[in-house]
Amino acid sequence: MFSLSSTAIDREALRARVISPAAGGFVSFEGWVRENNEGKEVSALEYEAYAELAVAEGKKIVAEAERFGIIEAECVHRTGALAIGDLAVMVVVSSAHRKAAFEACEYIINEIKSRVPIWKRETYTDGETTWVNCSHQHATGTKS
Amino acid sequence: MGKSQAERQIWGEDILSNQNTKTVRVDYFALLKEQRGLSSEQFQTKSTTVKELYEELKAMYNFSLPHSSIGVALNDEFTNWEKTLSEKDKVVFIPPVAGG
Repeated sequence: MFSLSSTAIDREALRARVISPAAGGFVSFEGWVRENNEGKEVSALEYEAYAELAVAEGKKIVAEAERFGIIEAECVHRTGALAIGDLAVMVVVSSAHRKAAFEACEYIINEIKSRVPIWKRETYTDGETTWVNCSHQHATGTKS
Repeated sequence: MGKSQAERQIWGEDILSNQNTKTVRVDYFALLKEQRGLSSEQFQTKSTTVKELYEELKAMYNFSLPHSSIGVALNDEFTNWEKTLSEKDKVVFIPPVAGG
């Protein structure tokens, strides 16, 4: 399951969704807003999502992670304005044994970052703003 | 009296151009939204493919991103640049993503 949230992510609620008596291991990843990026001091940050496609693609990624042999996986990504230290994205995975959960968790966050249509606008302490990755003209890797 | 040759030609061309013109919905995000100055519009175009539509809009609004650096979605699904446009399609151009 994948969802977008315009309000703070509830860690405990998300964790509770993957708890299972069959699980022997749990792995989570939290992506936080960092105070600097590429040498520039960040003062504010905003995530914008193409909601329809972001949710569809996010769900697809979480479903793909089932191939690692996990029990449950969930991911929530924030939208809107965030402050330094805020939780931007969280992935939780449960599995019978730890290896599958580690692998699935890493797979999910990597794919989310490269495939899901979510954009990040950073504002720096010098007043400049930028849409991250948009000036470097990277390929999006959005072919599915 | 029937229509003159010239009239028939004009009439015929109009029919042809009406067939080629379609109105599509274009949504913009991130840098493209900023450069376009709005998040959604109904756009009348004679472009056949999504690539032609992007080039048309890029020239009109001076988008900085070449089509080769972005993705495109048609009716909320990723698609390829050669996809043909139909009336009422929803087109979204996808600048390089930066989630996480």
